[in-house]
Amino acid sequence: MSENLIVPTMAEMLAQGKQPEVLFWVGCAGSFDDRAKKITKAFVRILNRSNVSFAVLGTEESCTGDPAKRAGNEFLFQMQAMMNIEVLNAYEAKKIVTACPHCFNTLKNEYPELGGKYEVVHHTEFLKSLLDDGRLTIEGGQFKGKRITFHDPCYLGRANNVYEAPRELILKLDAELVEMKRSKANGLCCGAGGAQMFKDAEPGNKEINIERTEDALETKPEIIAAGCPFCNTMMTDGIKNKEKEGDVKVMDIAELIANAQDL
Amino acid sequence: MSYLDNILFAILLAIGFGYFYNNIKKIIRNINLGVAVNRKDNVKARWNNMVMIALGQSKMVKRPIAGALHIVVYVGFVIINIELLEIIIDGLFGTHRVFAFLGTTYNILIASFEILALLVLVAVIAFWSRRNAIKLKRFVSSDLKGWPKSDANYILYFEVVLMTLFLLMNASDLHLQNVPGGFSHFIKAGSFPISQFIEPIFNGMSNESVMLLTEIFWWLHITGILIFMNYLYFSKHLHILLAFPNTYFANLNPEGQFDNLESVTKEVKMMMDPNADPFAAAPPAGENEVPGKFGASDVQDLNWVQLLNAYTCTECGRCTSACPANLTGKKLSPRKIMMDTRDRLEEVGRNIDANKGIFIPDNKSLLNDYITPEELWACTSCNACVEECPVNISPLSIIMDMRRYLVMEQSSAPMPINAMMSNIENNGAPWQYNQQDRLNWKNEN
Repeated sequence: MSENLIVPTMAEMLAQGKQPEVLFWVGCAGSFDDRAKKITKAFVRILNRSNVSFAVLGTEESCTGDPAKRAGNEFLFQMQAMMNIEVLNAYEAKKIVTACPHCFNTLKNEYPELGGKYEVVHHTEFLKSLLDDGRLTIEGGQFKGKRITFHDPCYLGRANNVYEAPRELILKLDAELVEMKRSKANGLCCGAGGAQMFKDAEPGNKEINIERTEDALETKPEIIAAGCPFCNTMMTDGIKNKEKEGDVKVMDIAELIANAQDL
Repeated sequence: MSYLDNILFAILLAIGFGYFYNNIKKIIRNINLGVAVNRKDNVKARWNNMVMIALGQSKMVKRPIAGALHIVVYVGFVIINIELLEIIIDGLFGTHRVFAFLGTTYNILIASFEILALLVLVAVIAFWSRRNAIKLKRFVSSDLKGWPKSDANYILYFEVVLMTLFLLMNASDLHLQNVPGGFSHFIKAGSFPISQFIEPIFNGMSNESVMLLTEIFWWLHITGILIFMNYLYFSKHLHILLAFPNTYFANLNPEGQFDNLESVTKEVKMMMDPNADPFAAAPPAGENEVPGKFGASDVQDLNWVQLLNAYTCTECGRCTSACPANLTGKKLSPRKIMMDTRDRLEEVGRNIDANKGIFIPDNKSLLNDYITPEELWACTSCNACVEECPVNISPLSIIMDMRRYLVMEQSSAPMPINAMMSNIENNGAPWQYNQQDRLNWKNEN
């Protein structure tokens, strides 16, 4: 499938004297993690289908510094931020879209003070805007009537108040959106944030992703929708732990939409 | 001779308010031990926060039962304090029910005080049961062993005593108002929907005894209020005052936005500046001086809003009950972070008091002596605690500042975190992949 992905880089665009409508910030997970790469590709397929002029930084992209900052390493964070800002400013980036809520939050909230001022949107918001503008049409397809529950990523929801865009997209699939008892502002972390993804959990009696997966399973979903590559991994692990891989799938909103369109 | 009461009352008030004033000054001094942070911007949004959250209790009602009970006690407290004004005037000038001239308005006021007093009693009993009979998880956790647990109960007992005294005072007063032909200075004033049912207990007593009882109830009531006011300083109940400034000065930025340490920005800019001379002499000390410490290991390294947060915390534990780390049995409790910060701040304050205004290092610090790295590293920075707090306290900001100290001053992050950080430094990703492979996904199946 991937053979027909069109993924220009900012450098190529610049060489052609073009400025894309939006810069797609792929993020480390989206670039390297096997599961997250599928999300990246699904999103690109939608962008291609909708004729969105976009470009990635490719090898010029680097970690936003989010995990370093949440771990407490402000030095490393600011080094990363300033290097990224130099690159972004050199390309005169105006609008950035990303499928990672951690990149989203950092670029949107923490870069401006360091000289990086851009309009930053999460891919669910961007997809929603494509829909509103009629550039993207969504039909339920294989998801019609399916029970889907949405896990709010902390850095998208609570941290930045983006709750509706992902839900509206799910509803467009003619799916049955079921809410967990802890959702939206009261959502429970998947356990990966704050650099927890990269270390073992402190001693306790349960892993956070198991607790959260139980929340999701209570809604008897066929699909757990996520909007964050880290949440995706954590929930997938939780489902494996509960031996529910056969019954419940964990999918990113971009994958839901791409699959509904058979992209 | 007849002025003796008034003089005694004035002295009592002076002592009560004097001691209170003194302690408030101490709290302000302690809060000012914190680092400066600008929270004077955006006045409109700040007032709005205060009106909605502190005055309007908008975050309290997110948990409807506790919220409704709290509003009863809160409204009862605020309104019954109007009665306090009358008590003070009566006490100082030897008048009796000085506002009685308001007539119907006065009747309505007294009647509503009475109804609220009863409702407060009901709410307080419900609160007590939640803590001591039903034993709600967040009220029996290990954070609350000892003083915090008794403190919570003392407040409830206090309120029972104060409300009961108020109703008894009215009941005995009503009894004397009803003496045929009138008695002494007890004019007919007020309406007593609740205490009328208590009034019969005075039947059979001489009018003089009932009058003595009225006086006793009156004095105990006002003395109780003054004691309660001064008790605040030692109690989690300080929130009834500090919730207002705390919501006013609360963070207005998106919850996910962490501050960019300015001191670090300067250093990083210098490091990245190709023209910077690495051998240049250090800039002269002055306003641009780099602070001695990155992050926080003790209360003096926190900013004053974080310290105000600590004094405002009422230990309700909503934060902890929403904390994913705590829910899964980890040691972290955001409530404990706040309680520890206050305990340490008070310890520092006592040290300053004992040493004539100067802090003499005591070989202790907030980090390690109160809060352990294990607690700090368990945080997912998810902001659930911040979202939950009914008065906009941010335990997360303290956790983050202390992690910054652990990482930037002590290089004592857990090993895998160190590995992640060196990956970012070397490869531009938290994993060990080559930056040149970033676009490989494009051509992969």
